[in-house]
Amino acid sequence: MGKTAVEKIFSKRLSRDIAAGEIVVVKPDFVLSHDNTAAIIDHFRELGVKQIENPEQPVIILDHTVPASTSKYANNHKKIREFVVEQKLSHFFDIGEGICHQVLAEQGFAVPWSIVLGADSHTTTYGALGAFSTGIGRKEVAAIWATGELWLRVPETIRFVITGRFQPYVLPKDLALYIIGKIGADGALYKSVEFTGETVENMSIASRMTLSNMSVEMGAKNGFCDADEKTASFLGIDRITPILPDPDADYEQVIDIDASTIPPMVAKPHTVDNVSPVDDVEGIKIDQVFFGTCTNGRVEDFEIAARILRGKKVARSVRVLAFPASRKVLLELVKRGIYETLVESGVVMMNPGCGPCLGAHEGVLADGELCLSTANRNFKGRMGNPESSIYLASPATAAASAITGVITNPQEMRR
Amino acid sequence: MRIKGRVWKYGDNVNTDVIFPGKYTYSIFDEGEMAKHALEDLDPSFSKDVKAGDIIVAGKNFGCGSSREQAAICLKAAGVSAVVAKSFARIFFRNAINAGLWAITNDKVQDMVEKWDTVEIDLEKGEIIVCDRRLRFQPYPEQIKKIIEAGGLIPYIKSSTKRRRQ
Repeated sequence: MGKTAVEKIFSKRLSRDIAAGEIVVVKPDFVLSHDNTAAIIDHFRELGVKQIENPEQPVIILDHTVPASTSKYANNHKKIREFVVEQKLSHFFDIGEGICHQVLAEQGFAVPWSIVLGADSHTTTYGALGAFSTGIGRKEVAAIWATGELWLRVPETIRFVITGRFQPYVLPKDLALYIIGKIGADGALYKSVEFTGETVENMSIASRMTLSNMSVEMGAKNGFCDADEKTASFLGIDRITPILPDPDADYEQVIDIDASTIPPMVAKPHTVDNVSPVDDVEGIKIDQVFFGTCTNGRVEDFEIAARILRGKKVARSVRVLAFPASRKVLLELVKRGIYETLVESGVVMMNPGCGPCLGAHEGVLADGELCLSTANRNFKGRMGNPESSIYLASPATAAASAITGVITNPQEMRR
Repeated sequence: MRIKGRVWKYGDNVNTDVIFPGKYTYSIFDEGEMAKHALEDLDPSFSKDVKAGDIIVAGKNFGCGSSREQAAICLKAAGVSAVVAKSFARIFFRNAINAGLWAITNDKVQDMVEKWDTVEIDLEKGEIIVCDRRLRFQPYPEQIKKIIEAGGLIPYIKSSTKRRRQ
Protein backbone atom coordinates (compact mmCIF):
# COMPACT_ATOMS: atom_id res chain seq x y z
CA MET A 1 0.00 0.00 0.00
CA GLY A 2 1.14 3.52 -0.74
CA LYS A 3 1.97 6.25 1.72
CA THR A 4 0.47 9.62 2.60
CA ALA A 5 2.63 12.75 2.47
CA VAL A 6 3.34 12.74 6.21
CA GLU A 7 4.15 9.03 6.17
CA LYS A 8 6.65 9.68 3.36
CA ILE A 9 8.22 12.67 5.10
CA PHE A 10 8.68 10.81 8.40
CA SER A 11 9.84 7.60 6.68
CA LYS A 12 12.55 9.51 4.85
CA ARG A 13 13.59 11.39 7.97
CA LEU A 14 13.87 8.27 10.14
CA SER A 15 15.12 5.97 7.36
CA ARG A 16 12.49 3.33 8.07
CA ASP A 17 8.88 2.59 7.19
CA ILE A 18 6.60 4.85 9.20
CA ALA A 19 2.81 4.55 9.25
CA ALA A 20 0.15 6.82 10.76
CA GLY A 21 -0.37 6.23 14.46
CA GLU A 22 3.30 5.69 15.30
CA ILE A 23 4.95 7.88 17.90
CA VAL A 24 8.33 9.10 16.72
CA VAL A 25 11.07 11.26 18.18
CA VAL A 26 12.44 13.80 15.70
CA LYS A 27 14.93 16.61 15.58
CA PRO A 28 12.99 19.38 13.82
CA ASP A 29 14.98 21.37 11.25
CA PHE A 30 13.79 24.59 12.81
CA VAL A 31 11.73 25.61 15.80
CA LEU A 32 9.85 28.88 15.65
CA SER A 33 8.85 31.26 18.41
CA HIS A 34 7.78 34.91 18.42
CA ASP A 35 7.00 37.38 21.21
CA ASN A 36 6.24 34.33 23.35
CA THR A 37 10.02 33.67 23.36
CA ALA A 38 10.14 35.77 26.55
CA ALA A 39 8.06 33.14 28.39
CA ILE A 40 9.97 30.28 26.74
CA ILE A 41 13.24 31.74 28.07
CA ASP A 42 11.81 31.38 31.61
CA HIS A 43 10.95 27.71 30.99
CA PHE A 44 14.41 27.12 29.51
CA ARG A 45 16.11 28.68 32.55
CA GLU A 46 13.95 26.52 34.83
CA LEU A 47 15.39 23.44 33.14
CA GLY A 48 18.81 24.47 34.37
CA VAL A 49 20.40 23.99 30.92
CA LYS A 50 23.08 26.57 30.11
CA GLN A 51 23.34 26.37 26.32
CA ILE A 52 20.80 25.76 23.59
CA GLU A 53 21.57 22.34 22.11
CA ASN A 54 21.67 23.65 18.55
CA PRO A 55 21.85 27.46 18.10
CA GLU A 56 21.00 27.00 14.39
CA GLN A 57 17.62 25.44 15.24
CA PRO A 58 15.63 28.32 16.82
CA VAL A 59 14.05 30.91 14.54
CA ILE A 60 12.81 33.89 16.55
CA ILE A 61 10.66 36.55 14.89
CA LEU A 62 9.05 39.44 16.79
CA ASP A 63 5.61 40.12 15.31
CA HIS A 64 2.73 39.87 17.79
CA THR A 65 2.99 43.20 19.63
CA VAL A 66 5.22 45.28 17.36
CA PRO A 67 6.29 47.97 17.91
CA ALA A 68 5.78 47.64 21.67
CA SER A 69 2.78 49.60 22.93
CA THR A 70 3.39 49.03 26.64
CA SER A 71 6.49 48.86 28.84
CA LYS A 72 5.69 45.17 29.48
CA TYR A 73 5.89 44.38 25.77
CA ALA A 74 9.06 46.48 25.45
CA ASN A 75 10.65 44.60 28.33
CA ASN A 76 9.72 41.25 26.74
CA HIS A 77 11.37 42.29 23.48
CA LYS A 78 14.49 43.48 25.31
CA LYS A 79 14.75 40.21 27.21
CA ILE A 80 14.52 38.28 23.92
CA ARG A 81 17.19 40.42 22.20
CA GLU A 82 19.58 39.90 25.12
CA PHE A 83 18.96 36.15 25.11
CA VAL A 84 19.67 35.95 21.36
CA VAL A 85 23.06 37.59 21.93
CA GLU A 86 23.83 35.47 25.02
CA GLN A 87 23.04 32.19 23.24
CA LYS A 88 24.65 33.30 19.94
CA LEU A 89 21.48 32.39 18.02
CA SER A 90 21.76 32.61 14.24
CA HIS A 91 18.19 33.35 13.20
CA PHE A 92 16.63 36.37 14.84
CA PHE A 93 14.29 38.87 13.15
CA ASP A 94 13.43 42.02 15.03
CA ILE A 95 10.26 44.13 14.77
CA GLY A 96 9.44 45.33 11.29
CA GLU A 97 10.39 42.20 9.37
CA GLY A 98 6.85 40.88 9.46
CA ILE A 99 4.62 38.04 10.63
CA CYS A 100 6.61 35.01 11.73
CA HIS A 101 4.99 32.59 9.26
CA GLN A 102 5.54 34.87 6.28
CA VAL A 103 9.13 35.72 7.24
CA LEU A 104 10.07 32.12 8.01
CA ALA A 105 8.76 31.07 4.59
CA GLU A 106 10.39 33.97 2.70
CA GLN A 107 13.73 33.25 4.37
CA GLY A 108 13.67 29.68 3.09
CA PHE A 109 13.61 27.87 6.44
CA ALA A 110 10.69 25.66 5.39
CA VAL A 111 11.45 23.51 2.34
CA PRO A 112 9.90 20.34 0.90
CA TRP A 113 10.52 17.29 3.17
CA SER A 114 11.55 19.46 6.11
CA ILE A 115 10.07 19.36 9.62
CA VAL A 116 9.34 22.68 11.31
CA LEU A 117 7.70 23.04 14.73
CA GLY A 118 6.60 26.30 16.27
CA ALA A 119 4.99 27.80 19.36
CA ASP A 120 2.10 29.10 17.30
CA SER A 121 -0.96 27.27 16.03
CA HIS A 122 -0.60 28.67 12.50
CA THR A 123 2.74 26.91 12.06
CA THR A 124 0.68 24.67 9.73
CA THR A 125 1.29 27.36 7.07
CA TYR A 126 4.50 25.75 5.71
CA GLY A 127 2.60 22.70 4.54
CA ALA A 128 2.10 24.92 1.48
CA LEU A 129 5.80 24.39 0.70
CA GLY A 130 5.72 20.60 1.04
CA ALA A 131 6.98 20.64 4.65
CA PHE A 132 5.57 18.95 7.73
CA SER A 133 4.91 21.75 10.16
CA THR A 134 2.74 22.09 13.22
CA GLY A 135 2.13 24.08 16.38
CA ILE A 136 3.39 23.04 19.81
CA GLY A 137 3.40 24.59 23.28
CA ARG A 138 5.90 26.96 24.84
CA LYS A 139 7.27 24.37 27.27
CA GLU A 140 7.86 22.04 24.34
CA VAL A 141 9.93 24.69 22.58
CA ALA A 142 12.03 25.05 25.75
CA ALA A 143 12.45 21.27 25.76
CA ILE A 144 13.61 21.33 22.10
CA TRP A 145 16.07 24.15 22.86
CA ALA A 146 17.47 21.95 25.63
CA THR A 147 17.46 18.57 23.90
CA GLY A 148 17.11 19.29 20.16
CA GLU A 149 14.18 16.87 19.82
CA LEU A 150 10.51 16.19 20.54
CA TRP A 151 8.04 13.31 20.23
CA LEU A 152 5.22 13.45 17.69
CA ARG A 153 2.42 11.13 16.69
CA VAL A 154 2.31 10.62 12.93
CA PRO A 155 -1.23 11.66 11.98
CA GLU A 156 -3.82 9.98 9.79
CA THR A 157 -4.72 11.92 6.65
CA ILE A 158 -7.77 13.39 4.98
CA ARG A 159 -7.20 14.06 1.27
CA PHE A 160 -9.06 16.85 -0.50
CA VAL A 161 -9.26 16.62 -4.29
CA ILE A 162 -10.17 20.09 -5.50
CA THR A 163 -11.08 20.66 -9.14
CA GLY A 164 -12.71 23.41 -11.18
CA ARG A 165 -12.02 27.09 -11.68
CA PHE A 166 -12.97 29.69 -9.11
CA GLN A 167 -15.73 32.14 -10.04
CA PRO A 168 -14.53 35.75 -10.39
CA TYR A 169 -13.70 37.31 -7.02
CA VAL A 170 -13.77 33.93 -5.28
CA LEU A 171 -10.45 33.33 -3.55
CA PRO A 172 -8.66 30.51 -1.69
CA LYS A 173 -9.96 32.04 1.57
CA ASP A 174 -13.51 31.34 0.40
CA LEU A 175 -12.50 27.75 -0.36
CA ALA A 176 -10.95 27.39 3.11
CA LEU A 177 -14.08 28.76 4.81
CA TYR A 178 -16.27 26.51 2.63
CA ILE A 179 -14.27 23.42 3.64
CA ILE A 180 -14.30 24.34 7.35
CA GLY A 181 -18.06 24.91 7.18
CA LYS A 182 -18.46 21.53 5.52
CA ILE A 183 -16.38 19.43 7.92
CA GLY A 184 -16.57 21.57 11.08
CA ALA A 185 -14.04 23.18 13.43
CA ASP A 186 -13.02 19.70 14.58
CA GLY A 187 -13.52 17.98 11.22
CA ALA A 188 -9.81 17.24 10.84
CA LEU A 189 -8.87 17.01 14.52
CA TYR A 190 -5.38 15.44 14.97
CA LYS A 191 -5.24 14.75 11.20
CA SER A 192 -3.02 15.82 8.40
CA VAL A 193 -4.94 17.28 5.48
CA GLU A 194 -3.64 17.10 1.91
CA PHE A 195 -4.85 19.66 -0.61
CA THR A 196 -4.58 18.12 -4.09
CA GLY A 197 -6.19 18.50 -7.51
CA GLU A 198 -5.87 20.88 -10.44
CA THR A 199 -7.23 23.88 -8.51
CA VAL A 200 -4.42 23.62 -5.98
CA GLU A 201 -1.82 22.89 -8.68
CA ASN A 202 -2.87 26.10 -10.43
CA MET A 203 -2.59 28.15 -7.24
CA SER A 204 0.27 30.47 -6.34
CA ILE A 205 2.34 29.70 -3.25
CA ALA A 206 0.63 32.62 -1.48
CA SER A 207 -2.77 31.04 -2.14
CA ARG A 208 -1.60 27.63 -0.96
CA MET A 209 -0.31 29.31 2.21
CA THR A 210 -3.84 30.59 2.87
CA LEU A 211 -5.18 27.02 2.68
CA SER A 212 -2.42 25.49 4.82
CA ASN A 213 -2.74 28.33 7.33
CA MET A 214 -6.50 27.82 7.73
CA SER A 215 -6.19 24.05 8.11
CA VAL A 216 -5.66 24.43 11.87
CA GLU A 217 -9.14 26.00 11.98
CA MET A 218 -10.55 22.56 11.09
CA GLY A 219 -8.40 21.03 13.85
CA ALA A 220 -5.66 19.74 11.53
CA LYS A 221 -2.11 19.06 12.58
CA ASN A 222 -0.65 19.72 9.15
CA GLY A 223 -1.98 21.22 5.89
CA PHE A 224 -0.01 19.82 3.00
CA CYS A 225 0.28 20.96 -0.63
CA ASP A 226 2.87 19.15 -2.73
CA ALA A 227 5.97 20.93 -3.98
CA ASP A 228 6.35 21.81 -7.67
CA GLU A 229 8.16 24.32 -9.88
CA LYS A 230 6.28 27.18 -8.17
CA THR A 231 7.69 26.03 -4.84
CA ALA A 232 11.18 25.95 -6.37
CA SER A 233 10.80 29.43 -7.77
CA PHE A 234 9.43 30.78 -4.46
CA LEU A 235 12.39 29.30 -2.59
CA GLY A 236 14.87 30.37 -5.27
CA ILE A 237 16.21 26.88 -5.85
CA ASP A 238 16.73 25.01 -9.12
CA ARG A 239 15.42 21.58 -8.44
CA ILE A 240 12.86 20.18 -6.13
CA THR A 241 11.89 16.61 -5.28
CA PRO A 242 8.13 16.51 -4.77
CA ILE A 243 6.75 14.30 -2.00
CA LEU A 244 4.16 12.67 -4.31
CA PRO A 245 1.75 11.11 -1.80
CA ASP A 246 0.27 7.89 -3.20
CA PRO A 247 -3.41 8.00 -4.17
CA ASP A 248 -3.74 4.40 -2.89
CA ALA A 249 -2.40 5.27 0.57
CA ASP A 250 -4.55 4.54 3.62
CA TYR A 251 -6.52 7.81 3.65
CA GLU A 252 -9.07 8.14 6.36
CA GLN A 253 -11.29 10.07 3.97
CA VAL A 254 -11.08 11.44 0.44
CA ILE A 255 -13.27 14.48 -0.15
CA ASP A 256 -13.95 15.86 -3.64
CA ILE A 257 -14.67 19.55 -3.98
CA ASP A 258 -15.77 21.43 -7.09
CA ALA A 259 -14.30 24.92 -6.63
CA SER A 260 -16.49 26.37 -9.41
CA THR A 261 -19.60 26.01 -7.25
CA ILE A 262 -18.25 28.02 -4.28
CA PRO A 263 -19.55 31.58 -3.83
CA PRO A 264 -17.82 34.28 -1.75
CA MET A 265 -18.12 33.08 1.86
CA VAL A 266 -18.05 34.52 5.38
CA ALA A 267 -17.61 33.00 8.82
CA LYS A 268 -20.08 34.59 11.21
CA PRO A 269 -19.44 35.21 14.92
CA HIS A 270 -18.14 33.46 17.02
CA THR A 271 -16.75 30.30 15.38
CA VAL A 272 -14.86 29.75 12.13
CA ASP A 273 -17.18 26.91 11.05
CA ASN A 274 -20.27 29.14 11.32
CA VAL A 275 -20.08 29.92 7.59
CA SER A 276 -22.54 31.10 4.99
CA PRO A 277 -22.41 32.62 1.51
CA VAL A 278 -21.81 36.38 1.64
CA ASP A 279 -25.20 36.84 -0.03
CA ASP A 280 -26.94 35.57 3.13
CA VAL A 281 -25.48 38.32 5.31
CA GLU A 282 -25.32 41.16 2.77
CA GLY A 283 -26.18 44.58 4.12
CA ILE A 284 -24.96 44.07 7.70
CA LYS A 285 -23.32 47.31 8.81
CA ILE A 286 -19.60 47.18 9.60
CA ASP A 287 -17.44 49.54 11.68
CA GLN A 288 -13.96 48.31 10.80
CA VAL A 289 -12.23 46.36 8.04
CA PHE A 290 -8.98 44.55 8.78
CA PHE A 291 -6.69 43.52 5.91
CA GLY A 292 -3.65 41.39 6.67
CA THR A 293 -2.45 38.48 8.88
CA CYS A 294 -0.66 35.23 8.12
CA THR A 295 -3.85 34.17 6.31
CA ASN A 296 -4.33 37.06 3.88
CA GLY A 297 -1.52 39.61 4.19
CA ARG A 298 0.38 38.79 1.00
CA VAL A 299 0.88 40.73 -2.22
CA GLU A 300 -1.93 39.00 -4.17
CA ASP A 301 -4.36 39.73 -1.31
CA PHE A 302 -3.65 43.47 -1.42
CA GLU A 303 -3.56 43.39 -5.22
CA ILE A 304 -7.17 42.20 -5.46
CA ALA A 305 -8.20 44.68 -2.74
CA ALA A 306 -6.54 47.50 -4.69
CA ARG A 307 -8.22 46.40 -7.92
CA ILE A 308 -11.61 46.82 -6.21
CA LEU A 309 -10.69 50.03 -4.35
CA ARG A 310 -8.93 51.81 -7.23
CA GLY A 311 -10.49 55.23 -7.82
CA LYS A 312 -13.01 54.70 -5.03
CA LYS A 313 -13.18 55.81 -1.40
CA VAL A 314 -13.87 53.69 1.64
CA ALA A 315 -17.14 54.55 3.39
CA ARG A 316 -16.87 57.37 5.93
CA SER A 317 -18.48 55.16 8.56
CA VAL A 318 -15.73 52.52 8.31
CA ARG A 319 -12.15 52.45 9.61
CA VAL A 320 -10.01 50.37 7.27
CA LEU A 321 -6.66 49.05 8.53
CA ALA A 322 -4.08 47.20 6.43
CA PHE A 323 -1.03 45.30 7.71
CA PRO A 324 1.31 43.81 5.07
CA ALA A 325 2.56 40.38 6.17
CA SER A 326 6.23 41.30 5.79
CA ARG A 327 8.72 43.97 4.85
CA LYS A 328 9.13 42.19 1.52
CA VAL A 329 5.38 42.30 0.89
CA LEU A 330 5.29 45.98 1.87
CA LEU A 331 8.08 46.80 -0.58
CA GLU A 332 6.24 44.99 -3.38
CA LEU A 333 3.06 46.97 -2.60
CA VAL A 334 5.07 50.18 -2.93
CA LYS A 335 6.77 49.09 -6.17
CA ARG A 336 3.53 48.04 -7.84
CA GLY A 337 1.60 51.16 -6.85
CA ILE A 338 -0.77 49.13 -4.70
CA TYR A 339 0.27 51.05 -1.60
CA GLU A 340 -0.64 54.35 -3.26
CA THR A 341 -4.03 53.05 -4.40
CA LEU A 342 -4.89 51.88 -0.91
CA VAL A 343 -3.77 55.12 0.75
CA GLU A 344 -5.74 57.20 -1.77
CA SER A 345 -8.88 55.20 -1.12
CA GLY A 346 -8.68 55.96 2.59
CA VAL A 347 -7.04 52.81 3.96
CA VAL A 348 -4.84 53.30 7.06
CA MET A 349 -1.54 51.60 6.17
CA MET A 350 0.16 50.02 9.17
CA ASN A 351 3.50 48.28 9.73
CA PRO A 352 4.23 44.60 8.95
CA GLY A 353 3.11 42.41 11.84
CA CYS A 354 0.11 40.62 13.34
CA GLY A 355 -1.79 43.85 14.03
CA PRO A 356 -5.17 43.54 15.78
CA CYS A 357 -5.63 39.83 14.99
CA LEU A 358 -5.03 38.64 18.54
CA GLY A 359 -6.42 41.59 20.46
CA ALA A 360 -3.21 42.50 22.26
CA HIS A 361 -2.85 46.01 20.78
CA GLU A 362 -3.98 48.25 17.89
CA GLY A 363 -7.36 48.43 16.21
CA VAL A 364 -9.41 47.30 19.21
CA LEU A 365 -13.17 47.49 18.67
CA ALA A 366 -15.71 49.36 20.82
CA ASP A 367 -18.67 47.64 22.49
CA GLY A 368 -21.24 46.52 19.95
CA GLU A 369 -18.95 47.14 16.97
CA LEU A 370 -18.41 44.76 14.08
CA CYS A 371 -15.22 44.06 12.16
CA LEU A 372 -14.95 42.38 8.77
CA SER A 373 -11.57 40.70 8.85
CA THR A 374 -9.33 38.74 6.50
CA ALA A 375 -7.80 36.93 9.51
CA ASN A 376 -8.37 33.33 10.57
CA ARG A 377 -10.32 33.59 13.83
CA ASN A 378 -13.57 35.24 14.89
CA PHE A 379 -13.79 33.93 18.45
CA LYS A 380 -15.55 36.05 21.05
CA GLY A 381 -13.10 38.63 22.40
CA ARG A 382 -10.44 37.65 19.84
CA MET A 383 -9.73 41.25 18.84
CA GLY A 384 -9.62 42.47 22.43
CA ASN A 385 -13.26 43.17 23.28
CA PRO A 386 -15.80 40.40 24.03
CA GLU A 387 -18.60 42.92 23.40
CA SER A 388 -17.66 43.20 19.71
CA SER A 389 -18.03 40.74 16.87
CA ILE A 390 -15.96 39.59 13.91
CA TYR A 391 -16.89 38.26 10.46
CA LEU A 392 -14.15 36.54 8.44
CA ALA A 393 -13.97 36.92 4.67
CA SER A 394 -11.64 37.15 1.68
CA PRO A 395 -9.73 40.33 0.79
CA ALA A 396 -12.11 40.85 -2.15
CA THR A 397 -15.19 40.76 0.08
CA ALA A 398 -13.40 42.99 2.61
CA ALA A 399 -12.57 45.56 -0.11
CA ALA A 400 -16.08 45.63 -1.56
CA SER A 401 -17.54 46.01 1.93
CA ALA A 402 -15.07 48.78 2.84
CA ILE A 403 -16.54 50.87 0.00
CA THR A 404 -20.20 50.29 0.85
CA GLY A 405 -19.90 50.21 4.65
CA VAL A 406 -21.98 47.04 4.77
CA ILE A 407 -21.12 43.39 4.06
CA THR A 408 -21.09 43.20 0.26
CA ASN A 409 -20.56 40.45 -2.32
CA PRO A 410 -17.50 41.54 -4.34
CA GLN A 411 -19.05 39.99 -7.46
CA GLU A 412 -21.51 42.89 -7.44
CA MET A 413 -18.62 45.29 -8.04
CA ARG A 414 -18.27 43.80 -11.51
CA ARG A 415 -21.91 44.25 -12.45
CA MET B 1 -4.76 7.68 41.75
CA ARG B 2 -8.30 9.02 42.02
CA ILE B 3 -9.64 12.53 41.77
CA LYS B 4 -13.06 13.78 42.74
CA GLY B 5 -14.60 17.17 42.15
CA ARG B 6 -17.55 19.39 41.34
CA VAL B 7 -18.54 19.83 37.71
CA TRP B 8 -18.41 22.97 35.61
CA LYS B 9 -20.26 22.13 32.40
CA TYR B 10 -19.59 23.73 29.01
CA GLY B 11 -20.41 23.05 25.34
CA ASP B 12 -18.51 22.38 22.11
CA ASN B 13 -15.53 24.29 20.65
CA VAL B 14 -14.49 26.12 23.82
CA ASN B 15 -11.54 28.02 22.30
CA THR B 16 -8.37 29.28 23.93
CA ASP B 17 -9.40 32.92 23.42
CA VAL B 18 -12.36 32.53 25.76
CA ILE B 19 -10.29 30.40 28.16
CA PHE B 20 -7.47 32.97 28.33
CA PRO B 21 -7.98 36.17 26.28
CA GLY B 22 -5.20 37.14 23.85
CA LYS B 23 -4.95 40.62 25.36
CA TYR B 24 -3.25 39.09 28.41
CA THR B 25 -0.90 36.68 26.61
CA TYR B 26 2.15 38.96 26.59
CA SER B 27 1.48 40.90 29.78
CA ILE B 28 0.60 38.29 32.45
CA PHE B 29 3.30 35.81 33.46
CA ASP B 30 2.29 34.97 37.02
CA GLU B 31 0.23 31.77 37.20
CA GLY B 32 -1.89 33.03 40.10
CA GLU B 33 -2.69 36.12 38.05
CA MET B 34 -3.55 33.92 35.03
CA ALA B 35 -6.05 32.00 37.18
CA LYS B 36 -8.00 35.21 37.84
CA HIS B 37 -8.77 35.48 34.09
CA ALA B 38 -9.58 31.80 33.48
CA LEU B 39 -12.62 31.42 31.20
CA GLU B 40 -13.21 35.16 31.48
CA ASP B 41 -14.96 35.59 28.13
CA LEU B 42 -17.08 32.43 28.46
CA ASP B 43 -18.15 32.37 32.11
CA PRO B 44 -17.21 35.36 34.30
CA SER B 45 -18.46 33.49 37.40
CA PHE B 46 -15.85 30.75 36.97
CA SER B 47 -12.81 32.47 38.45
CA LYS B 48 -14.86 33.76 41.38
CA ASP B 49 -16.49 30.46 42.34
CA VAL B 50 -13.96 27.80 41.28
CA LYS B 51 -12.66 25.57 44.09
CA ALA B 52 -9.57 23.41 44.19
CA GLY B 53 -10.34 20.00 42.70
CA ASP B 54 -13.19 21.13 40.42
CA ILE B 55 -13.58 19.30 37.12
CA ILE B 56 -14.50 20.88 33.79
CA VAL B 57 -16.78 18.74 31.62
CA ALA B 58 -17.17 19.90 28.02
CA GLY B 59 -18.20 18.88 24.52
CA LYS B 60 -16.04 18.38 21.47
CA ASN B 61 -12.87 20.19 20.38
CA PHE B 62 -12.07 21.70 23.80
CA GLY B 63 -9.17 24.18 23.60
CA CYS B 64 -9.30 24.88 19.86
CA GLY B 65 -7.61 27.95 18.41
CA SER B 66 -4.37 29.53 19.53
CA SER B 67 -1.50 27.43 20.85
CA ARG B 68 -1.29 29.59 23.97
CA GLU B 69 -0.19 27.42 26.85
CA GLN B 70 -1.76 29.74 29.42
CA ALA B 71 -5.14 28.23 28.53
CA ALA B 72 -4.07 25.01 30.23
CA ILE B 73 -1.98 26.74 32.90
CA CYS B 74 -4.73 29.15 34.03
CA LEU B 75 -7.17 26.25 34.57
CA LYS B 76 -4.59 24.26 36.51
CA ALA B 77 -3.64 27.35 38.55
CA ALA B 78 -7.33 28.01 39.28
CA GLY B 79 -7.46 24.60 40.93
CA VAL B 80 -9.06 22.53 38.17
CA SER B 81 -8.01 18.91 38.64
CA ALA B 82 -9.12 17.58 35.25
CA VAL B 83 -10.91 18.47 32.04
CA VAL B 84 -13.18 15.76 30.65
CA ALA B 85 -14.28 16.45 27.06
CA LYS B 86 -15.74 14.64 24.08
CA SER B 87 -12.55 15.59 22.23
CA PHE B 88 -9.63 17.98 22.59
CA ALA B 89 -7.87 20.25 20.10
CA ARG B 90 -4.43 18.73 19.70
CA ILE B 91 -2.21 21.57 20.92
CA PHE B 92 -4.36 22.09 24.03
CA PHE B 93 -4.12 18.36 24.73
CA ARG B 94 -0.30 18.52 24.64
CA ASN B 95 -0.26 21.73 26.66
CA ALA B 96 -2.49 20.20 29.33
CA ILE B 97 -0.17 17.23 29.79
CA ASN B 98 2.85 19.52 29.78
CA ALA B 99 1.22 21.73 32.42
CA GLY B 100 0.33 18.75 34.62
CA LEU B 101 -3.41 18.95 33.96
CA TRP B 102 -5.39 15.74 33.31
CA ALA B 103 -7.18 15.94 29.94
CA ILE B 104 -9.53 12.99 29.62
CA THR B 105 -11.51 12.05 26.54
CA ASN B 106 -14.97 10.54 26.95
CA ASP B 107 -17.95 11.18 24.69
CA LYS B 108 -20.75 10.41 27.19
CA VAL B 109 -20.02 12.30 30.40
CA GLN B 110 -21.05 15.74 29.14
CA ASP B 111 -24.54 14.50 28.28
CA MET B 112 -24.99 12.93 31.73
CA VAL B 113 -23.93 15.68 34.13
CA GLU B 114 -25.12 19.09 35.26
CA LYS B 115 -23.21 21.91 36.89
CA TRP B 116 -22.22 21.14 40.50
CA ASP B 117 -22.69 17.36 40.11
CA THR B 118 -19.82 15.38 41.59
CA VAL B 119 -17.64 13.26 39.33
CA GLU B 120 -14.92 10.83 40.36
CA ILE B 121 -12.09 9.70 38.11
CA ASP B 122 -9.94 6.61 38.59
CA LEU B 123 -6.82 7.36 36.60
CA GLU B 124 -5.31 3.91 36.97
CA LYS B 125 -8.34 1.94 35.83
CA GLY B 126 -9.45 4.52 33.29
CA GLU B 127 -12.90 4.98 34.80
CA ILE B 128 -15.13 7.98 35.34
CA ILE B 129 -17.81 7.48 37.97
CA VAL B 130 -20.94 9.54 37.33
CA CYS B 131 -24.09 8.94 39.39
CA ASP B 132 -23.06 5.34 40.11
CA ARG B 133 -22.34 4.62 36.48
CA ARG B 134 -18.80 3.71 35.46
CA LEU B 135 -17.65 5.05 32.10
CA ARG B 136 -14.41 3.91 30.50
CA PHE B 137 -11.60 5.99 29.04
CA GLN B 138 -8.24 4.97 27.66
CA PRO B 139 -5.78 5.33 30.57
CA TYR B 140 -2.64 7.30 29.76
CA PRO B 141 0.56 5.39 29.03
CA GLU B 142 3.05 5.37 31.93
CA GLN B 143 5.34 7.92 30.29
CA ILE B 144 2.55 10.50 30.02
CA LYS B 145 1.31 9.78 33.56
CA LYS B 146 4.82 10.48 34.83
CA ILE B 147 4.86 13.88 33.12
CA ILE B 148 1.51 14.87 34.63
CA GLU B 149 2.38 13.54 38.09
CA ALA B 150 5.70 15.41 38.05
CA GLY B 151 3.65 18.58 37.60
CA GLY B 152 4.33 19.00 33.89
CA LEU B 153 7.03 18.76 31.25
CA ILE B 154 9.57 21.13 32.80
CA PRO B 155 9.69 19.50 36.27
CA TYR B 156 9.62 16.10 34.53
CA ILE B 157 12.67 16.83 32.34
CA LYS B 158 14.46 18.33 35.34
CA SER B 159 13.85 15.28 37.50
CA SER B 160 14.69 12.80 34.73
CA THR B 161 17.97 14.49 33.81
CA LYS B 162 18.84 14.55 37.52
CA ARG B 163 18.15 10.81 37.75
CA ARG B 164 20.34 10.17 34.71
CA ARG B 165 23.20 12.10 36.29
CA GLN B 166 23.00 10.15 39.56
